[in-house]
Amino acid sequence: MKTAKPPSSPRVGLFVTCLVDAMRPNVGFASLHLLEAAGCTVEVPRAQTCCGQPAYNSGDDATTAAIARGIIEAFEPYDYVVVPSGSCGAMIRSHFDGLFEDGSDMQARQRALSAKTWEILSFLTDVMGFVPEGVRYDGMATYHDSCSGLRDLGVHDQPRALLDQVEGLRLTPLVGHDVCCGFGGTFCVKYPDISNAIVSDKAEAIADTGADTLLAGDLGCLMNMAGKLRRNGETVKAFHTVEVLANMAQGPGLTGEEEA
Amino acid sequence: MIQTSDRFRANAARALQDDNLKIALTRTTGLLQRRRAQVIDDYPQYADARARAKTIKDHTLRYLDHYLEMFERNAVANGAVVHWAQTPQEAREIITRLCREAGAQSATRVKSMLGEEIGIAEALEAAEVDRIETDLAEHIIQLATDPPSHVVMPAMHKTREQVADLFDARHDVRPASHDVADLVGSARRELREKFMTADIGISGANFLIAETGAVVTVTNEGNGELTTTPPNTHIVTVGIEKLVPGMDHCAVFLRLLSRAAIGAEITQYTSFYNGPRRDGDADGPETYHIVLVDNRRTEMLGGFLQPMLRCIRCGACMNHCPVYAAVGGHAYGAVYPGPMGSVLTPALSSLKEAKDLPHACTLNGRCKEVCPVDIPLPDMLRSLRARQYQGGLTPPVTAIALKGWAMLARRPQLYRMAAAAVVLAMRLWARGRGRIRWLPGAGGWTRHRDLPAPERGTFMQQYAARQRGRK
Repeated sequence: MKTAKPPSSPRVGLFVTCLVDAMRPNVGFASLHLLEAAGCTVEVPRAQTCCGQPAYNSGDDATTAAIARGIIEAFEPYDYVVVPSGSCGAMIRSHFDGLFEDGSDMQARQRALSAKTWEILSFLTDVMGFVPEGVRYDGMATYHDSCSGLRDLGVHDQPRALLDQVEGLRLTPLVGHDVCCGFGGTFCVKYPDISNAIVSDKAEAIADTGADTLLAGDLGCLMNMAGKLRRNGETVKAFHTVEVLANMAQGPGLTGEEEA
Repeated sequence: MIQTSDRFRANAARALQDDNLKIALTRTTGLLQRRRAQVIDDYPQYADARARAKTIKDHTLRYLDHYLEMFERNAVANGAVVHWAQTPQEAREIITRLCREAGAQSATRVKSMLGEEIGIAEALEAAEVDRIETDLAEHIIQLATDPPSHVVMPAMHKTREQVADLFDARHDVRPASHDVADLVGSARRELREKFMTADIGISGANFLIAETGAVVTVTNEGNGELTTTPPNTHIVTVGIEKLVPGMDHCAVFLRLLSRAAIGAEITQYTSFYNGPRRDGDADGPETYHIVLVDNRRTEMLGGFLQPMLRCIRCGACMNHCPVYAAVGGHAYGAVYPGPMGSVLTPALSSLKEAKDLPHACTLNGRCKEVCPVDIPLPDMLRSLRARQYQGGLTPPVTAIALKGWAMLARRPQLYRMAAAAVVLAMRLWARGRGRIRWLPGAGGWTRHRDLPAPERGTFMQQYAARQRGRK
């Protein structure tokens, strides 16, 4: 999915996502670091909250449209909108379509915004042609492809190509790498026990790889898998891919610190 | 069957406790996924065939009236008696009447989901006709008095060990051993005589060919022909969406169906039924009936549910659904389980009666990816949720929580304060530990998983502090 050559120093609006904001700011700072290393001028508009998925996936289209309008207004001035999540990225890029009246001015503005919205790993490779340098992570990792990034945005090769540049890191394949982890946003709230059954299988598959680190590109899925691994007593560390790529993957990551 | 889709949650909870179910589902869905992936890999024209199949179905649905009448004309010319049933009840009445007219004592039956949908078992009961299910899997669930749990493999919920116990208990002669071959042999022994003495054979259809009036079935066990050939009367019950214009179009679907359903290039038997026994034929039924069933399909035409009428009942969506793999088909409480069932059941009954089904999905999109006719199942499930929300069918607790969240999500400044407060509260609750094992209000999560304790302050707080430091 190569696009036309970007401006030499594009202005990027970073859409942090609500989960990164609350649960893992390190992912936001790693994103900032990588985008700047790739030559972007990055700003974080303060008028951002959430991409609207909780409302959208619950069928509340009016609230989704209201949230979308806020995002469009806040991010319109930028050359690109970059999101450290396939799920939230796909929401803005693919699922905002249909929220506004056909032929309306708002729809035109939405389509323009959606077209310049990117999931961060694919943005770094496909738009910026970024190759990480001087990055080190000692360990054997396995990679989970989060569903929205994979199926809505075609993010599959990009993270692997980027991680291939990391010294000391070996990737081992995960059986069922393209199978849902059971998070599903509101799904894990509505059906916690079914979600648990699904993530139990996932945690088992991760443990079976023998990897010491789990990587993915979506915080929701990562918290789900890491939380299950930790509850099972596994010592697998878990990071968002950008944390490794930015040399900001210290400690156990999302699996949580050891208890004192 | 009695629909219990409004009790999905309770059904699923029960299913999650069933260890045999877990074994059965893991074995079968895993095998079907691997086989399908292999056979699609070996079929370089797959993407083209899939696009063509979608176009053919969309075209046929657009001109459904034209092709249905063409089919009827040609089927009648072939010697069939064509019946039209708008509702399941009308279809049952037709079947009951045909059984009575034939003076039937017993009827053999080949599996068809449409037959389940209209309640053929009840129709035969009303006619006091002995029903003999001849598919191996249907035979199993008839003995166990279970409803089907899958559109292609109705006994997917049973392990072979459970089947062995069932045959031991219920077959006239016990199986020689619990080997699969001996179990199949035992079912064959049990059924063979009944095939030859049945008065009526009832089958479904995978495709109807408008240009020739042919009814097409694909089967694997040989029971299809043994059901439709010996009895004097053959009744086909079929949904009107099974129509394709011509033979060439049918061939596109034949290539896709067996690959998507069972991961095989072709099924053992592909049969084209073109009428009753003709002069000089060695065998075949004397009378041949086709019951064309609407059951609300025409209501789906022209609306957002129309793509569902492309469905060829291959079951690939359920074979690749993590929710189906966790809870099995019975939890959905309807004839059609899994992703396609979660779209179809609300259409065939009502959104209220099937209220949980549109939510029994993580929106991971794998069902759409493997669907051989590219039905946008996740989008349709989401649209059903939107209709529920507009129709006031969202549970009050969810609606209130959403409204509260939406109030914040539309006001960035207030949202930032709320997020900071929640993060602070979680940090205090974690009391310096890196993880949270139980969190009030997030019991569904912490019952099964840990939560990482948040960092010191939200991203927005930390970022603002950094920006101030830079100035």
